[in-house]
Amino acid sequence: MTILAEVHDETVDLQALYKQAGINETIETLDRELVGLVPVKTRIREIAALLLVESARRALGMQASPPSLHMSFTGNPGTGKTTVAQRMAEILHQLGYIRRNHVVSVTRDDLVGQYIGHTAPKTKEILKKAMGGVLFIDEAYYLYRPENERDYGQEAIEILLQVMEEKRDDLVVILAGYKDRMDTFFKSNPGMSSRVAHHVDFPDYGAAELLSIAERMLEKMNYRLDGPAEQALSDYIERRMRQPHFSNARSIRNALDRARLRQANRLFAGRGAPVDRAALETITAEDIRASRVFSQ
Amino acid sequence: MNKIDNAKITDMKERYKSGVLKYRQMGYWEPDYEPKDTDILAVFRITPQDGVDPEEAAAAVAGESSTATWTVVWTDRLTDSEYYRAKAYRVDPVPGTPGQFFAYIAYDLDLFEEGSIANLTASIIGNVFGFKPLKALRLEDMRIPPHYLKTFQGPATGIVVERERMNVYGRPLLGATMKPKLGLSGRNYGRVVYEALKGGLDFTKDDENINSQPFMHWRDRFLYCMEGVNKAMAETGEIKGTYLNVTAATMEDMYERAEFAKQLGSVIIMIDLVIGYTAIQSMAKWARRNDMILHLHRAGHSTYTRQKNHGVSFRVIAKWMRMAGVDHIHAGTVVGKLEGDPNVISGIYDICRENHVPQNLQHGIFFDQPWASLKKMMPVASGGIHAGQMHQLLHYLGEDVVLQFGGGTIGHPMGIQAGAIANRVALETMVKARNEGRDIWDEGPQILMEAARWCQPLRAALDTWKDVTFDYASTDSVDYVPTPTPA
Amino acid sequence: MKITQGQFAFLPDLTDVEIGKQVEYALDKGWAVSIEYTDDPHPRNVYWSMWGNPMFDLADPAGVMMELEACRREHDGKYIKVMAFDSAKGWEAVRMSFIVNRPKHEPGFELIRAEGEGRSVHYTLRSYSSSHPRVS
Repeated sequence: MTILAEVHDETVDLQALYKQAGINETIETLDRELVGLVPVKTRIREIAALLLVESARRALGMQASPPSLHMSFTGNPGTGKTTVAQRMAEILHQLGYIRRNHVVSVTRDDLVGQYIGHTAPKTKEILKKAMGGVLFIDEAYYLYRPENERDYGQEAIEILLQVMEEKRDDLVVILAGYKDRMDTFFKSNPGMSSRVAHHVDFPDYGAAELLSIAERMLEKMNYRLDGPAEQALSDYIERRMRQPHFSNARSIRNALDRARLRQANRLFAGRGAPVDRAALETITAEDIRASRVFSQ
Repeated sequence: MNKIDNAKITDMKERYKSGVLKYRQMGYWEPDYEPKDTDILAVFRITPQDGVDPEEAAAAVAGESSTATWTVVWTDRLTDSEYYRAKAYRVDPVPGTPGQFFAYIAYDLDLFEEGSIANLTASIIGNVFGFKPLKALRLEDMRIPPHYLKTFQGPATGIVVERERMNVYGRPLLGATMKPKLGLSGRNYGRVVYEALKGGLDFTKDDENINSQPFMHWRDRFLYCMEGVNKAMAETGEIKGTYLNVTAATMEDMYERAEFAKQLGSVIIMIDLVIGYTAIQSMAKWARRNDMILHLHRAGHSTYTRQKNHGVSFRVIAKWMRMAGVDHIHAGTVVGKLEGDPNVISGIYDICRENHVPQNLQHGIFFDQPWASLKKMMPVASGGIHAGQMHQLLHYLGEDVVLQFGGGTIGHPMGIQAGAIANRVALETMVKARNEGRDIWDEGPQILMEAARWCQPLRAALDTWKDVTFDYASTDSVDYVPTPTPA
Repeated sequence: MKITQGQFAFLPDLTDVEIGKQVEYALDKGWAVSIEYTDDPHPRNVYWSMWGNPMFDLADPAGVMMELEACRREHDGKYIKVMAFDSAKGWEAVRMSFIVNRPKHEPGFELIRAEGEGRSVHYTLRSYSSSHPRVS
C-alpha cells in the first residue's frame, strides 16, 4: 500500500489508512478464529496502531530509524500463539513492514546442529528462507542450555541476534514459549531481551471459552452435541483442566477426536438398524463420558 | 456420383479386376479409421481440380504417397495391402477459402525406414505433389510419433548444452552475418568478424553463398576468421564463435572443411538447407561426434514454404530438421524483412524449443506433438532487424533465440564495434527491464531511450534506423482465427 | 580490460537494489540462486568456487543479498557472480548468470599463438591472474 497517497497538506487521515491497510478485516478474522483472548487482541490492536502511526510519521518525513518489530509470545500450549503469529504477519505485510506474508515456523532442532560447524549454516539457511517475512521460533528457550558449556545453541543465538539487529527491514522474529521459561531465557540473554520490543502474553482459556472453542471445532467438522453431551463436555473440561499436561485448545481438539472415534464405534456396533443423518452428526453424552478423565 | 460408386470395394474379385478404380474404391478413404499411437499423421491442404470431390482427392493423396499407382495391380495381393495403405480419414473445408480442404492422412510406421528423413519425405512429398487431379497441394503439418522420433539422433548439441559451451545464460544470443555477402578477401572478412565479436556479439556468420570462391578460398576464410574469434575472446573474456559455412559440392569436401574448422578450434560450423536431407543428417552425426554446434541456413526454403496453397509449410521443415539433428535454424523474426506472420512464427518456435507442442490451430499446429526428449533446437532470427525493435523481438521470440543483426551491426554509422555495442546494450537493457517486471511491450522505446542517454552507439543506432519497419501482409498466415465471443 | 561475461556485462554495474530485483525474478520462477567467485575468469574456467550451495526454497531476495554481502566481505578483490538454476525437466541447467563484483584492476588474458603447418594456428588463452597465484 502507499501511505503517501493519504498524505494531504501535511495532514494524514489515520482512519483512511487503517481502512486501506485492511487491518480491521484481519482483526475480525482473528476474532472469528479465536475465542476470547481479549488481552491478546488488545495488544495486537495497539501494536497495529503504533505501526500505523509510525508509517504516517515516516510519510511526513519524521524519524527515520526503523522500529524494532521483534516480539515474544508467551503462554501455555494451545493458547493460539501460532494462529496469532499468522495474523501478525498479515498485519505487518499490510502495513508494508514485511515484504512477504509468510511465517516460517521452527524449533531448536531446525537451527542447531549436532557437531562443530553444523549450526551456522543450518541457522543461516532457515534465516534465508524466512527473510522477507516472519520467523517464529517455538520454545525458543531451548536454544539456551547453560548446563552444557559447549552447547551449539549459543552459536545459533548469536547469529540470530546479529540478523535481528542488522536486517530489521528483512525479518521479524517472534520468540514463543511458556511464560516463566521465557522470562528466565530473557534474563540470561540480555542481548535478546533488548531486541524484543513487543511482549504479548497469552492467558489460559476459561472453561466457558473452551466449551465454545469445542463447539466451533465441531461445527467445522459437521458434528454437533446433543443436550446431555454438552453437559458431559462441560464436566469433562472442568476435570481435564485440573489434570497435568493440560494444553488448552489442543487438549480440546484431542478430546473431540477421541469422542468421534467412540461415536463411530458406537454406530458401527449397532449396525443392524439403518443410520440416519442425525445419528451420523450427533455426539452423545456416552461418547464423552467414556473418557479416562472421568475414571481418574 | 452415386454412393455405391464411391464405397470401398470389399469383394476381392471386383477389387482386383484389371483396370482403373477410384482411390476411395481401392480403400484409401476410411472415414471410420482411428489413427494408432504409432501412426505418422499428415495434414495436407488440397485444391482438387474442378469436378473432383474432396474425399476422392484426399484418397488419391493417401494412395499416391503410399502404395498406390494409377491402376489396379494384382501384386497387391502378395502383400498385406490393407495394412500398408495410407488412409485418408478426415476432410475439412478450409475456413473462408472455397475450393480448398484439409485432408488428414495416417501412415503406418512400417512404411518408413528408421532414422531417414530422405525416406520419409520420398513418400510424403514424393510423386504426389505433381499429381494431375489436384490443382495444388500443401503439406501443412505432421505428427511424428515418439516411436519414430526415437530412431533419429536429434540436434547434435541442443539449446541447453550450447548455452553451457558458450557460457551465455539468461539472454538471447547475438549474431551478425558478414556483409557484403560476396567479394571480401579473407583478410578483410576476418577483420569484420573480429570487430563484431570484440564489440559484443557472441557469433558472427558466413552467409549462405559463401563457400570457396575466387575472391576468398575456404581455408583462407577459416584461418582469418579464427584469428578474429580468438583475438576477440582474449579481449573480452567471453567465448565467441563464427559459423564457418562448410557447404560444398560433395560430402568429401564438406567433411574436409568441417575437420579443418574443428582443428582450428571453432565451436560451430554451418550448412545450407540446399545440401539435402541426407547430407544434413550426415553432418549432424559428424557434429555430434565432434562436439560441434551445427547451424543450418534455410537457403531455398521459400521456393516451397511461402505460398499457402502449394508446397510444404516451414513448420514441417522445422520438424524434419529437429529430427535430422541441426542445432540452429533460421525461423523468422516477425518484425524483420522476411516473411513471418506472428502466429505462424510462434508455432515454428514452439516446434524448435518445446518438449511437447499441443495442438494450436491458430498457430498452424494441427496435432499434439510430443518430442520425446529430443534436444531443443535454437531458432535464429535474422533479416532486417535492428536494435530499435529489441522489445518486440524479446516479446515475440523470447529468450532462447539467436538475434542476428547483420546490417544493424556492420552498417552502424560509428563502426562495426559500435554497432555490436548498440545491440548488446539494447538487449541487456531490455532483458533487465523485463526481469524487473516492466512492461517492455509498451515501455520498450522509452527503455531504449533511457539507455541511449549513456550509450552513444545505441543513440546513433536508434537515430539511424528509427523509422525502418517492414509492414507487409504475410502470404503464409493461418486460416483458423479465434471466434469473437460476446462479452 | 573489462571482462564482459554474464547477461548484464554491458550495463553500468548493478546496484544492490537492481541485483535484488533480478534475484526476485529468479525466485519467482522457482529457480535456486547461487553465488560463485574466482580470481581466474578464463572463459573456459567453468567451475568457480561456490559460496555455499545453491539456495533452494527462498521466498525473498534478502537471503541472497545477505550471502552476497558476506561473500563480498571475504572476496572483495575477486570476480563474484550470481546464478540461477532451473531444475525443470528439459533444462536442469543454469538460466541466469551475471557478475556482481570484479577486481579494481582486471588483468585480462594473453593470446598465445602456436604456429603449425599449412598456416594453421593453435590458440591458447592464458589468464594473467593465474600466472601469479594468490596465497589464500
